[in-house]
Parts: sequence; structure tokens; C-alpha cells
Amino acid sequence: MSSLSRDDVAHLAGLARIELSDAELDRMVGELGVILESVAKVQQAPTDGVAPMSHPMPLTNVTRPDVVRPSLGAEAVLAGAPEAEQQRFSVPRILDED
Amino acid sequence: MTDLPTDLTRASAADLAGALASGTISSVEVTQAHLDRIAAVDGQVHSYLHVDGAGALAQARAVDERRRAGETLGALAGVPIAVKDVMTTKGLPTTCGSKILEGWIPPYDATVVSKLREAGLPILGKTNMDEFAMGSSTEHSAYGPSHNPWDLDRIPGGSGGGSSSVLASFQAPLATGTDTGGSIRQPAAVTATVGTKPTYGGVSRYGLVALASSLDQAGPCGRTVLDTALLHAVMGGHDPMDSTSIDAPVPPVVEAARAASVKGMRIGVVKELGGEGYQPGVRARFDESVALLEELGAQVVEVSCPNFEYALATYYLILPSEASSNLAKFDAMRYGMRVLPEGVDAPSAEQVMAATRDAGFGPEVKRRIILGTYALSSGYYDAYYGSAQKVRALIAQDFDEAYAQVDVLVSPTAPTTAFKLGDKLEDPMAMYLNDIATIPANLAGVPGMSIPSGLADEDGLPAGIQILAPAMKDERLYSVGAALEAALVDRWGGPILDRAPELGAAAAKGA
Repeated sequence: MSSLSRDDVAHLAGLARIELSDAELDRMVGELGVILESVAKVQQAPTDGVAPMSHPMPLTNVTRPDVVRPSLGAEAVLAGAPEAEQQRFSVPRILDED
Repeated sequence: MTDLPTDLTRASAADLAGALASGTISSVEVTQAHLDRIAAVDGQVHSYLHVDGAGALAQARAVDERRRAGETLGALAGVPIAVKDVMTTKGLPTTCGSKILEGWIPPYDATVVSKLREAGLPILGKTNMDEFAMGSSTEHSAYGPSHNPWDLDRIPGGSGGGSSSVLASFQAPLATGTDTGGSIRQPAAVTATVGTKPTYGGVSRYGLVALASSLDQAGPCGRTVLDTALLHAVMGGHDPMDSTSIDAPVPPVVEAARAASVKGMRIGVVKELGGEGYQPGVRARFDESVALLEELGAQVVEVSCPNFEYALATYYLILPSEASSNLAKFDAMRYGMRVLPEGVDAPSAEQVMAATRDAGFGPEVKRRIILGTYALSSGYYDAYYGSAQKVRALIAQDFDEAYAQVDVLVSPTAPTTAFKLGDKLEDPMAMYLNDIATIPANLAGVPGMSIPSGLADEDGLPAGIQILAPAMKDERLYSVGAALEAALVDRWGGPILDRAPELGAAAAKGA
């Protein structure tokens, strides 16, 4: 279970939206194998009946007063964009051509 | 009042603050002295990714004017500071050590940065770090590593190696850090400086580029325990912009640092942190520090935290899982780099995203994102992320049981002294082991501090002792840290950084 094939890593990289080169894939397969073998140690811990902990502080429903306050203007928000047009982010095509 | 050294960059922040308050020196003088030092030595140390001389001097002048006008100013007003490049700074580049954010100038300040500005601390520049804080050496910075001022061929720790080396090379009296698994404490240990990871939620995370949101905590870095406490008091406190920030006053850290007492305190030595894999010289300095604490009136016992054995594995599942989600925002659409895939006509947004993330992220970031994607994927979730969350609860329970017996826990901060640049770069697991003693605190959310314990006999390099306290009891770190620091400095005959080699001015950085 803890060993990953090259195809597995390529699939995961696709899910993570990272286009790995062949050389990167080769290297990653070996490295991830070693890391996964090591982290699989969590499965040996005495966790029967233990409730999972997702966060150090038991917080629920943190709210703040619903008041209007200043926010960033369009110019400031778009200043770091790779491309902007008509006060909007300009992005590559989002649909397939066919 | 303490006499200031002729070279202002050698003074503590507390002494500088005192001299500024009494009008003996101006903030412009102090700030300029540090900018001169940066120009003289940062070519060798490479602590800064960006230096803002004009901005720092403008802030310094403003503070000097406010003081002349008779305004009541904060304790550190006029004392310059270096800011880790993971914190957004309006008008100043913020890269997180990554190519994907090269040249990005945030439109807003992190809450921590706003607090620094309000308190009148001129910002000298932004410090180097492992890319998105993933690493223990700064070698994963896309802009090249920082160097350890004790030996320029060695690592300054990471991810906050820019901030630790800034302090150890006297390029700033104070610096900010963030600590997800040890990124404040381990760099402090290997450079003979001081660093605190406050209780989770003690300092706002608003405007900090997130690595792992349930583990990340910003904190203060300094050369003395008191300086670190003074900065902690400025950085800490509730922030409505961070819903996980603690809605309570900052613990009385400055008072604790000034009182510097461990009389009657119960101190637990963590059995699981300090055995196999710990360098003999690190161990020896730790044992001496523990003996000193006993001489100072503390009661020392051994405490067992059996589940710490699983902490590293737990961390390297939880962190990549959260990081893979947090770093999804680097999508080449709203900010940062955009790279078009080669040989594709009219590429889709997804293809552009994938090409950009390949070009913009370094190898460690890619490794952790893919590991996290795997740990969260259906079919493996229970075995990996789910198990890790349960072990996390066991580790928190170990802390609860330990703190039922003792007031604070201690261990060596890092298992070894600074290693050579390049030594562990090709072996991710070896790199991860540097944080073995610091990770449990992040998993449980409890506060921790590292202070220098001395130099290891075998290599003459700094070692650190870690102090851990229960959540919201951050002041205990400062009580113990300041008491031990005073006793150690007395034994050494002066601050340990006085023994660091002089950096030559030969390789001065161009303007």
C-alpha cells in the first residue's frame, strides 16, 4: 500500500496541477517511497478509540460584528495579477475547444 | 542605565530602547548603523532577500519626530527590525523564498507587520527562508541559502535562517519568525540566538502566507530573552482578522523575563527527546543547563511522553495535507508567476496552472504537495491523514499528563549543531529529522522557546536548549529562559555571540 508507482505519482501530480518532467517524476517516485515508508509509522500507534484532533484549539462558531469596513480597491487587488483587463483578472480559456 | 557599545549593532534591543527613550541616541542613528552593517556583511551571510533602507530611515525619522513632540511611545519605538519574508508587507516584496511570488508586492500588511509599524519599529528588510517555510536549512530558498555566521559553510537553520543569521551577524537587533515545526527554534539553536513559538493563536496569522494552518505560529526572535519578550509583547494579542487568535491578553512575558526566576519551579526532562541521534556535545551542554536550573532552585524530574516517538511521522502527514490545500491558491490567475506550457497552442487555464506550478515551485514544495495530495486521497485518507490526526490527539494527551506533574518541559532544541550546506539536501528524511524535538509542540499547540546552551566540544558550534510550557503559559518560558541565560552568561563571562568569528568586510554587498 505504501509503495507508489511512477504512474501513481504522475496521477497525483496531475491532481495537484503540477506538470512534472520525466526526470522529476523519476526522482519523486524514489523519494516519496522512502517518506511514505517512514510516515506509515503512525499506523503502529495505539489509536484505538482515540478521537481525531484537527486543531490545537477547540473552537466553534467564531463570529465578529457584521459591520461595513474598508476593503482593497480593484486597482490594488489587480496590481499583482499576471494579466488584467477592464478591472478584471484576465485568464486563459477555461473550456475545451470541442 | 547600561552604557551602549560604540558599535550600536552590538547593543541589545532593550538597551537601545532605553537609550532612545532617554534621548541619548536617535532612531535614525540606530537604523543607519544597521544599514551600514548590512552593506558590510550581508554579501557573505545572505540573510536578506530585500533591504529597504529608504523606508526604514523614513520610519526612523517619523519615530524621532514623534518622540521630540513628546508623544508616549511603545517600549521598542525606534528599534529597527527584520521581517521574515512570509509576512505580507504593503509596498515591499514578499516572496516566501519562492520563484512563484518573485516580485509580488502585497497590497496590505500582515497584522504582525501593522503592529510593528504602530509600535514604531523601522523595518530594515525581509529575511530569507526555505520556500514557503518548508525546510530546516534555508537551502530550499529559491534565492540561495543564508549562511551561519559561526561558520559560513554551514546552515543557519530553517526555515527562519534569514532571521537567525540576521541576529547572529548583528544585522538587526530583532527579527520576526514563523514556526510550523521548529522554524523559529531550530534556527535559534544553531546560531546561538533566542526564539519563541508562542501558544497557537497567541500571535495573529492574518497576512502570513499559510503553510499548515493548524500548526503555523508567528513569534519573536532576538539575541536575549528579554529582547525576545519585548517583541513578543508587541506581536501578540487578539486579532478579529484571525478567527483562531486567542481572545485574551498577551501573557506577562516581559515581567517574567525581568523576574528571571525558577525558584520552586518543577521542570521535566523529556525522556524521549535526547537519546539516540543526539550529538554528544549538544547533550553535554543540555545536561549542564539542567544542572544549572537545579542549582537555581528548580526541582528537576524525568518525564515520559511515549507518543512523541510518532510525532515526526504524524507531522509529515498533517503538514503536507494542509500545505497541499493552502498552496492551491498559487494558480497563476490572480497574483504571482504565470508560465505558458511549451508547444501548446491556446493552452487551457489548467495547463497554464500546471506549467506555472512546475516552473514556480522548488523540489521540496512539489514533494510535500504531492505527498499531501496522496495522504488526503480517498482510499488512503483513513490510513494516513486519519491515523495522523488520532496520533496528534495522543501527543497532546502526553503533554497534558506531563504538565500535571511539572510546570515546564525541557529538551535539546535540535539533535545536532549546524551541518554543512549541501550535506542533507539530497536526503529529505535526514533533513526532516532536524525538527524531531520541536515538532511535538506544534502538534499540541503549546508554546516553546530555544535559548543558547553553549558550544559543542567536538565542533565549537552553538547548541540550544528548548523550554516548553502549557498552552497560554508562555510567561513560564521567559522565567526559565531568563534565569538560565543569566547563569550561563555569568559562567561564560559574557554573551555567547561575543565568541562568534568576526565577519570580514571584504565581500561587501553592492548598493
